Amino acid sequence: MTFYQDLEESFRNSSIPTPPPDGTMPAWKETKIVGKPLPRTDAFERVSGKAEFTYDVILPNMVYAAILRCPHAHAMVKQVDTSAVEKMPGVVGILTAQSPGTDIPWYGGRGGAQSKLFDPHCRYEGEEVAAVAAQTPYQAWDALKAIRVDYEVLPFVIDPEEALDPGAPKLFDSGNSTGGGMPSNRGDVDKGFAEADVVVEQTFRTSVQIHVPIEAHGSVVKWDGDKITIWDSTQGVYDASMLEFARTMNLPYNNVRVICRYVGGAFGSKLELGKYTVIAALLARQVGRPVKCMLSREETLLCVGNRPEARMTLKAGVKMDGTLTALKFENFTTPGAYSSMAFVSMIIQELYKCPNVSTVERGAYTNAGRARAFRAPGFPEGTWALEQMMDMLADKIGMDPVEFRLKNFAEISQNSMLGRGRPYSSAGLKDCLVEGAKKFGWKEARERKTDNHHIKRGFGMAAGLWMMGSGGPPYTAEVRMVPDGGVTIKTGAMDLGTGTKTAAAMVAAEELGIPYENIRIINADTAITPYASSSGGSMTLPSLVPAVRQGAWIVKRRIFDWAAEAMGVPAEDLKIDGGSVVSISSPEKKQTLEALFRSKNVLDVIAVGNREPNPADKVVMPFGAHFAEVEVNTGTGEVRVVRLVAANESGRVINLKTFENQVYGGMTMGLGLALTEKRVLDRTTGKMCNVNMHDYKVPTAMDVPANHEVVPIDLHDNDCNNVGCKGLGEPGHVPAPAAIANAIADAIGVQPTYGPIDNKTILELLGKGVNHAE
Amino acid sequence: MPENPKYKKDEFKQGLSRRGFLSSVGAGAVVAVSIKDPAPARAQEIEATGQTPEIQLHVNGSRRHLLVEPRWSLAYVLREVLGLTGTKIGCERGECGACTVLIDGKPQYSCLTLAVEAEGREITTIEGLLKGDKPGPVQQAFMEEDAFQCGYCTPGQIMAVEGLLRSTPRPTIDQIRTGVSGNLCRCGTYKHIFNAAEKASRLKNQGGAS
Repeated sequence: MTFYQDLEESFRNSSIPTPPPDGTMPAWKETKIVGKPLPRTDAFERVSGKAEFTYDVILPNMVYAAILRCPHAHAMVKQVDTSAVEKMPGVVGILTAQSPGTDIPWYGGRGGAQSKLFDPHCRYEGEEVAAVAAQTPYQAWDALKAIRVDYEVLPFVIDPEEALDPGAPKLFDSGNSTGGGMPSNRGDVDKGFAEADVVVEQTFRTSVQIHVPIEAHGSVVKWDGDKITIWDSTQGVYDASMLEFARTMNLPYNNVRVICRYVGGAFGSKLELGKYTVIAALLARQVGRPVKCMLSREETLLCVGNRPEARMTLKAGVKMDGTLTALKFENFTTPGAYSSMAFVSMIIQELYKCPNVSTVERGAYTNAGRARAFRAPGFPEGTWALEQMMDMLADKIGMDPVEFRLKNFAEISQNSMLGRGRPYSSAGLKDCLVEGAKKFGWKEARERKTDNHHIKRGFGMAAGLWMMGSGGPPYTAEVRMVPDGGVTIKTGAMDLGTGTKTAAAMVAAEELGIPYENIRIINADTAITPYASSSGGSMTLPSLVPAVRQGAWIVKRRIFDWAAEAMGVPAEDLKIDGGSVVSISSPEKKQTLEALFRSKNVLDVIAVGNREPNPADKVVMPFGAHFAEVEVNTGTGEVRVVRLVAANESGRVINLKTFENQVYGGMTMGLGLALTEKRVLDRTTGKMCNVNMHDYKVPTAMDVPANHEVVPIDLHDNDCNNVGCKGLGEPGHVPAPAAIANAIADAIGVQPTYGPIDNKTILELLGKGVNHAE
Repeated sequence: MPENPKYKKDEFKQGLSRRGFLSSVGAGAVVAVSIKDPAPARAQEIEATGQTPEIQLHVNGSRRHLLVEPRWSLAYVLREVLGLTGTKIGCERGECGACTVLIDGKPQYSCLTLAVEAEGREITTIEGLLKGDKPGPVQQAFMEEDAFQCGYCTPGQIMAVEGLLRSTPRPTIDQIRTGVSGNLCRCGTYKHIFNAAEKASRLKNQGGAS
């Protein structure tokens, strides 16, 4: 998930030439703006309908593209006949595998392409076969229906374990195994189990969850000669879109401009270049007109990613005093038809102090839509297993679940990939557990067990962390001040709705001493804004705002140098207040910004702030502990989540309102993973049964508790970066599903190890006392 | 406006339930196909829908004369023809609510409403809630309560709350939940949406203009 790994050095160092002035930026002590629950800087745009999303881009002379997709789980395209389409009203362009420029390798990364833009070998339902452009989207859809495709339908496999059978249909000549296994070992698990007083082994499962951003994936493209402008619904105008598009189409980087000021949800599914972007570009070149290519809801459910299922086995050993002695973990999964990445075992290796840990992850390709990164890839799944196991162990040794977790609290990182043995810059898990339990009323709740009727009440909790919440370089922000104290920040960073623009404005206002309302943010336009890596991994905020602060600080220092000279006051004694530079020790000494700018005959001061490296001797990690109260109807199997509490340690809180909002959202998505969301494939056809938002159940306003609280934990982490903040989007999500599962276990006395825990699952658990998910 | 004899407007004029809508789509397709001679190939049948009768839409207080295909959804016409892109498309099948507008004051999915069905009725979109360039009370409440993240479902959520408050000026929390239950928010900001609906109710009842 190093989005910028392949980036050329010239890009990495693009903004280094602005050297920071001498001296170091001190950590903020008290803040006037940062930390307040201010309305977002772009709130008006988002509530007025004026925010321009990709779907909203309408260009003169624009036509609409639609993509024909394979309706079979596994098939070979023998022939594509578009003759009927050419005469249809409104149709202006047709693209098939025979069209020039379409022979483009796809999927599999640099390890070797597994497929093509239009691969005749269709390995899942929804694979791209052809595309058209027409005057209206209706005409484009008509045209798709008139394309005749001769398919040779092939046998398919959708179960990953069956996919490894020797006789299983093969997706690739080399077979269906995803290889690798990523084994990781520390200590000696056999020795650890021998030392344990109690050993428990259990299988766990989570189902395929789909991102379902409400704005579909898509692009609008416009060529001007050999230069192209792309409005793309993406998580990264640079890495995910511009750079990858330029490489794919063999264009100079500079010929590609990508814009995405607003994106209507993504959650990991928009971290890579879409085939639809390339298809739109090829059609636009063919017809000489701008092309809009937005996917349908059905296409987004089939074709642009999911959180893969996890089939996990966890064996754990513990002493009677609560000391974990060993964890042995296996995950078996399928990325679908093409390779993808998740880190299911990482949390097993990292969350608790444990000397002996062994993990392995295996997988097999299947004839199903391919996985993509999805909000903390692998972590909610691994946490589902680990945190249910922790409750099972606590029960066996007669220890309170919170106490048990505190007993195994880790202050240092143990995972070899993250840097074994280094301490956390702030080890927030303990405070999350303690403060979260306090806010939830954990002890009282667990003792209050009175329900004897058919509605059973349960209380559960789970902890979690996320491995990439540090953010890091390269990341840049240009800060420009004009004489009346107005400031424009330009950055390639995205704001997916997490409030990063707002945080940037607040940080700049804080550093400069100017009103928050003075700040204007221009973002996510590769022709205008400097480089930022893609928005993923909860990295945007902790990458962006330190760069913004540095840029603001450089601007301020330059103005202070002028003022020091003009006023005869040392620069260290100056602050900006009310549009003037004022002496802190003698406030009567002041000069307006206007006068200072005029004295130097400049209209603006511009600096580029760079994100400095993370501390080499520390591991920066955000933590969380989530608590849930549920009611389970033992007659119907219905689960109602009545209360949620989150304690999250993500360093300094920049904006309390957006902080809370982010965690509410993360836990709501976790509620979906735990209770309602599941991709259902038909075993007889391999096709997806619930290809719509009615049957694929995203949590609604009826499913979430109104009683939902967030406790921000701030341990004043001054080591992680110059603002002291860490990422939140993913750690605000990771523990929630397991917390809900543990609450259900508390209610019904059986651990619901297979998700999603729907009514049927509950009734089966109650009826048989063992778990049967299938 | 002269009546187009080939196009039976009245069939589209009724306020339709979702079930009624589905059956009328079937009927609409028959009407559309029968305009021309029966066509032999399937592709030819589809072609026949290129008819564009003129209709009049009342949108945000102004009257717009348009040529529309009978099959065009109101959402498509509002966005791609009139440029009112504040109304969003999320699913085009009546499941997510991003396209919610008010039709005669009631929240309706504009993706499940044909433009021809909406003729002559009062359509209010998110743009119509602005007072000049100032947010209306529901929009103001959504800003103050941070009742959105990405903002894509937000116009639909706001229209749902606006419609709720027009019929139920002081809703309970359960009425609010039900009022926005047809509007999915994948970012999961429901709690802030509930708060915003309550605040909007207060703002409106304090004598702010509707």
